[in-house]
Amino acid sequence: MTRHLYPLFSLRMDITRPLVEKVALLARLEIPPADADRVAAQLGRIVTMVETLNKLDTKGVEPLSNPTGLVDAFRSDEPRPSLSRDEALANAPDKVEMFLRVPRVVE
Amino acid sequence: MSLPWETVIGLEVHVQLKTRTKLFCGCANKYGADPNTLVCPICLGLPGVLPVLNRQAFALAVRAGVALGCEVANVTKFDRKNYYYPDLPKGYQISQYDRPVNRKGRLEISMPAANKNIGITRVHLEEDAGKLIHPDTEGSSGVSFVDLNRAGVPLVEIVSEPDMRSPDEAHAYLAALKEILQYVDISDCDMEKGSLRCDANVSIRRPGDDKLGVKTEIKNLNSFKSVAKALAYEAARHASIIEGGGKVQQVTLTWDAIAEKTVVLRSKEEAHDYRYFPEPDLVHIQADAAFVERIRQALPEKPAARRDRYVKELGLPAYDAGVLTGDKELAALFDKLRGEGLAPKVASNWVMKHVLAAMNEKKIAATTFTDKTRRIAELAKKVEAKQITGQTGAEIFAWILGTPETASVDEHILKQGLAQVSDAGALEAIVRDVIAKNPKVVADYKSGKPSAVQALVGQVMRETKGKANASVAKDLLVKALEC
Repeated sequence: MTRHLYPLFSLRMDITRPLVEKVALLARLEIPPADADRVAAQLGRIVTMVETLNKLDTKGVEPLSNPTGLVDAFRSDEPRPSLSRDEALANAPDKVEMFLRVPRVVE
Repeated sequence: MSLPWETVIGLEVHVQLKTRTKLFCGCANKYGADPNTLVCPICLGLPGVLPVLNRQAFALAVRAGVALGCEVANVTKFDRKNYYYPDLPKGYQISQYDRPVNRKGRLEISMPAANKNIGITRVHLEEDAGKLIHPDTEGSSGVSFVDLNRAGVPLVEIVSEPDMRSPDEAHAYLAALKEILQYVDISDCDMEKGSLRCDANVSIRRPGDDKLGVKTEIKNLNSFKSVAKALAYEAARHASIIEGGGKVQQVTLTWDAIAEKTVVLRSKEEAHDYRYFPEPDLVHIQADAAFVERIRQALPEKPAARRDRYVKELGLPAYDAGVLTGDKELAALFDKLRGEGLAPKVASNWVMKHVLAAMNEKKIAATTFTDKTRRIAELAKKVEAKQITGQTGAEIFAWILGTPETASVDEHILKQGLAQVSDAGALEAIVRDVIAKNPKVVADYKSGKPSAVQALVGQVMRETKGKANASVAKDLLVKALEC
C-alpha cells in the first residue's frame, strides 16, 4: 500500500493563493491581502526548486528522518534543576503574578 | 416508536506516566507545584535546545503495551504534531504518528451477559501540554493564564477500536484500563488530577449494518460518570437527528457537566491540520526482543488472573477475591498475611473487615499495614484459637495500628487483662449474678422463649467487658436456668 504519510510534504502541489492563506492561518502569520499573490508566486518558485530533488533516483533507498544514523539515545530519569520562575517568565510578552498571560482562547 | 439503534464507541485515553522527570528534559514530573516552577529551556521550547528521551518513560510505555497485549514495534520514532495553542510552547507536540511504540492489543471487560474483548489500535508515547486557566474574576474576562509545569510530562495515548456498543461498555473499558494500568504501576490514573483523561468517539447505526455512521468526538471527559452520561446523551442526540430526517454533522464537542449536554467546540471545517512530520531532533528507538521480554517477565500478575487464582487455588469467595484484587496493595497485604501463616479465608476476613474499616475511617492506604502484618497475623491466630474474643480482637487491632511492630501483643493482652475467659469457674459467679438481676428475662425463658437466653449472654459479655467466651457463658446460663 502506498500512502502519503506526510501530505503537505510528499505531494507535488501548486502554491495557490487559498493555500497560502491556509498555511498562513495555520502558522498564525498575517499576510496582507495585497501581498498574497506575490507570496504565492515566490513560494511556488521555492517549492519548484526543491522539487528538483525528485530527479534523484531513490529507488531502494530507505527514507531517513535523522542523518546521524544513531539509535537509542536516552537520558536517565534523574531530575535536574529547573529555572526559577523569574527566569522562566523573563521573556514573556505578558505575565501576571505566577502566570504567563495570553488572550482568551475559549469563551 | 422507532427501530432500535446500535451505538458504536471508541475511546482515546491519555495517561500520565509515573516518572520522576519529564519526557525530554530533567524537570520534575510532579502534580501541584507552584505554577511555572518546573520548567526549563527544553520544555519552554526556547531556541537552540534539544530533547533527549527519558529511558524510564520509554520502558513504561512498553510496559503499558505489553500489559495490554500489544505488539511492540522493533523500531519506533517520534513525529511533530503542529498546532498553535498557548499551552504548547514549541508550537508543536512531540508525538508518534506512523510508528507508535505499540499496536494491536486488547483488553477484556466483564459485562453482565458475557466478557468481551475490546481491541486496542495503538499505544503511543507523547508529551503533555501545559495547563490553561480561564479566570472569571473582574477585569480578566479577555485573558487566560498559562502554567507550563505540565508541559513535557510523559503520556501514553491509548486508542481503542470502535468496539464498544453502549455507554456501560465504555465505562467498563475505562474501569478495566485504569485497573490494569495501576496494577502494572505505570500511572496513578487519577482523573481528578488529570493523570487519566478521556476523549470519546461515538456514532450510531442500525444493528447489522457494516458501515459506521457519522461520528462526533467528545473531548475532555473528566470523570467516569461524565463519560457514560455524555455518551448516552450524544447517542440519543444522533438518533433524534436521524429520526427527524436530518444528518449528524461531524463535529468536536465538549461535555457540559452542569447543564448535562454536549456543546460544539469546532466543526469539521475548523478541524486541525496537524502537518505531522518526523521529529529531526530525536533518533529512532529500537526495542529489541530481549528488552521487551525482560519487561514482560517483570510484569505483575494481572488483576483478573489474580482474582481467578484466589478463587480457584485459595478457595476464596468470588466477592472476597474481587475486593482484595481491586486494590493491588490490599492484595499484597493479603498475600503477606498468608505468608505469616494465616489460612486464606482468615486472612481475607481480617483484611475485608478490620483493614478496610480502618482505611475508610482513618483515610489511610493499605500500605500503612504492610509493616504490621506479623502482629495482625498473631492476633488473628489468637482469635481463631478463642484465646481472645472477636470484640477484643478488634480493640487490639486498633492498638496495633497505633504502636510499633516491636510492641508485644502477648504483653498487651496480659497487662490489660484481655484474655478470653472460658473457665467455667471464673464465669459462674457472674452468671448467677446476671440471672438474679434479670428476673423478667428469666421468666420469659421459662415461659418457653429459649431465645431470651441471648439477652443474658449479652449481660455476661457486658459484665466481663467482652472477654467472656460467649458459648461457654451460654452453656452455663442454660444449665443454671434449667435446674
